[in-house]
Amino acid sequence: MMGAFTKKTGVYYLVNAALVLLLFFVLLTFINNGVISRTSTGILTLVCINITLAVSLNLVTGILGQLVLGHAGFMLVGAYTAALFTKNCGLDLNIAFPIGLVLAGIAAALFGIVIGIPALRLRGDYLAIITLGFGEIIRVIANNLKITNGAMGLSDIKSLSSLKNPSPMFVYSYAIAALVIFIMFTFTRSRHGRAVIAIREDEIAAEAMGINTTYYKLFAFVLAAFIAGVAGGVFAHQIGIIDPSKFDFGRSVEILIMVVLGGMGSITGSIISATVLTWLPEQLRGFSQYRLLVYSIILIIVMLFKPSGLLGRYEISIPALLEKLYRKISKKPAQTGTGGA
Amino acid sequence: MDFIKHVINGLGLGSIYALVALGYTMVYGIVKLINFAHGDIIMVGGYMIYVVMVVLGLPVWLAIPAAIIICSLTGMIVERVAYRRLLVHNAARISLLITAMGVSIFLQNAFMLMFGTDPKSMPPLFPYGQIKLGGLELASTTVINIVVSLIMMFGLHLLVNKTKMGKAMTATSEDSEAAKLMGINTNRIISFTFALGSGLAAVAALLYCNTYPQVKTTMGNLLGLKAFVAAVFGGIGSVPGAMLGGYFLGVIESLTKAYISTTLTDAVVFGILIIMLLVKPTGLLGRNGKEKV
Repeated sequence: MMGAFTKKTGVYYLVNAALVLLLFFVLLTFINNGVISRTSTGILTLVCINITLAVSLNLVTGILGQLVLGHAGFMLVGAYTAALFTKNCGLDLNIAFPIGLVLAGIAAALFGIVIGIPALRLRGDYLAIITLGFGEIIRVIANNLKITNGAMGLSDIKSLSSLKNPSPMFVYSYAIAALVIFIMFTFTRSRHGRAVIAIREDEIAAEAMGINTTYYKLFAFVLAAFIAGVAGGVFAHQIGIIDPSKFDFGRSVEILIMVVLGGMGSITGSIISATVLTWLPEQLRGFSQYRLLVYSIILIIVMLFKPSGLLGRYEISIPALLEKLYRKISKKPAQTGTGGA
Repeated sequence: MDFIKHVINGLGLGSIYALVALGYTMVYGIVKLINFAHGDIIMVGGYMIYVVMVVLGLPVWLAIPAAIIICSLTGMIVERVAYRRLLVHNAARISLLITAMGVSIFLQNAFMLMFGTDPKSMPPLFPYGQIKLGGLELASTTVINIVVSLIMMFGLHLLVNKTKMGKAMTATSEDSEAAKLMGINTNRIISFTFALGSGLAAVAALLYCNTYPQVKTTMGNLLGLKAFVAAVFGGIGSVPGAMLGGYFLGVIESLTKAYISTTLTDAVVFGILIIMLLVKPTGLLGRNGKEKV
C-alpha cells in the first residue's frame, strides 16, 4: 500500500536519511579541507539550488500535471525579497539570512496565490501561456521599479561563505534541498498528495469523488512558488549580483528541461537531471556555445520517443536496491509486500 | 491629429502581429498545438532576407520569394520531424508543447552558431521616406505594412473559402477523423497548413525588417509571444479573429508607448492577455468548446 506507514518504509526512511547525512559530511569535510576547491563548492551549491527548483516545479508539472512556464518569476520575487531584506535590515547576516529566506518564500507564495487564483481556472495550453505572461510581467515590473534598481539590479549581496569559511552557503543549500526532497516524498504519499495525483489523472473524475480541485491545485502551485522563492533567495546570496534578466523566460525553460528530462512525476529523476545539467556544462566550458543546441535536440528526441521523460514516474530507491542486493547475496526468498521510499 | 497618427502607426505594427498570429491560429485550429517555434520561423525569414540582400547583394524582389520558400520548407520540416510522430500517436498536449519549445531553442541556437549573436543591420527595403496623407505625415513603412498585410489577408480569405485545399483545411479542423473518412489526406493538410503559416511568417519577417532594420537570433521570441497574445485575443483557431487581434494589439501598444510608458508596454500587452483569458478564454471571435466527460 502506497502511503501506509509500514515498518519497512520506516527502515527505508532511516537508510535514506543516513545516506543523505553521510554524503553531506563527506562533502563538508572535503570542502573544509580544501579538497573541493572554492569554484567547485560554488557549483555544488548551484546544483543544490537547481535540485530545489526542479523538484518544486516537478510538483506542479509532474505531480499536478499542469505546464507552468513562469517559474523563474517566483525565483525573482524570492531573490529580490531576500536580498533587499539582508541588505537593509541591519541585522547580522547569520541571523538575517535565514529570516530573509523565509520572507522570500512567503513573498513568492503570496505572488503564487495572486497568480494562481485566476490562472488555475484555466488548463493545459492556456495555463502555460498565462503563467508565461505573469512571469514576463514580474520581470518587466522588476525592470522598472525603483526599489529593485531597475535593469541594473542589486549588487553587493553578501554571501555567508568567505575565504576562511567556504562552506555555509553549501550547508544552507544542501539542507534546503534535502528538506524539500523529503517534503515532496512525504507529500506525494499523503492524503493531499493523492488528491493532487487524482486531479492529474482525471480532473472531472476527481471532482466527482469529492476532491476540492481548486483548493488542491492552488495548494500545490503555492507550495511550489514558496520553494522557488526560497531557492531564489539562496541563489541571490550565492552569486552576489542579481538583475531581472537572470530570471527571464530562458531560466524558466531551463528548470522545465531538468524536470522533463528527468521524468515528469519522478522526484529522483529531477534530482539526477538537475545535478547532471548543472555540473556538466561547468566542466565543459568550451562546449558552452553548443549547450542549448544539444539540450534542445535531446529534449525533442526524449519527447518523441519517451514523452514521460527518461525515468517516467519511476523513483530510484537506494534502500530497495540495497535490499535486493542483500537478498541476492544471502539468497533469501523475496518477501511479499511493496512500497518504496 | 496626434492620436490618429498613433493609431495608424499602431495598425502598421499590428500588421506584423496579425500575419504572425494567422500562423499560430491556423496551426492551432488544425492540430491543437501552440507552435512555440512559429516566432523563430520569422527569425529564419529575417535571416534569409539578410543573406540574399546583404551577403549575396541581390535586390529585394528576389529576397521575398526566397524567404517565403525557405520559411515554408522549414515549417514543413519541423512538422515532419518534430511533431508528426506525436500527432499520429495522439500524444499528450504537454509533450507537444515541450517539443515545440525544443524546436524553438534549437532554431535560435543553430542560427546563433551560424551568424553569431550580434544583431545584423539591414539596408532599407523600400526607401520612400515620409508619405503625406491629408494633414498626416506617415512613415512609408507603416503604409506598406498595412497594405501588404491587407493583401495577404484577402489572399488567405480566398484560399480558405474558395479553394478545394481551403475547404479540406476547414474540414480537418472541424473533425479530422470525419475528414479522413471523406478521403482527405489529413497529414498532407497539416503539412500544407504549416507551410502556409510559415510563408505568412516570412512576409511578417519582411515587414519587420522594413520597420526595424535589423535581424537578430532572438527577434522571434517577443514578436512570437505578442502575436500569440493577438491570436488568443481574437479567439485562437479563428482566422478573422487573428487579424483583428493583431491590429488591436498593435494599436494598444502604440497608444501605451505614446501616452503611458515606453518601458511598460510589454507588461500592458501581457496584462491584456491575462484579462482576456479570465473574462473570455475563447477570445473575441472564438467558439465555445464543450468538454465531454
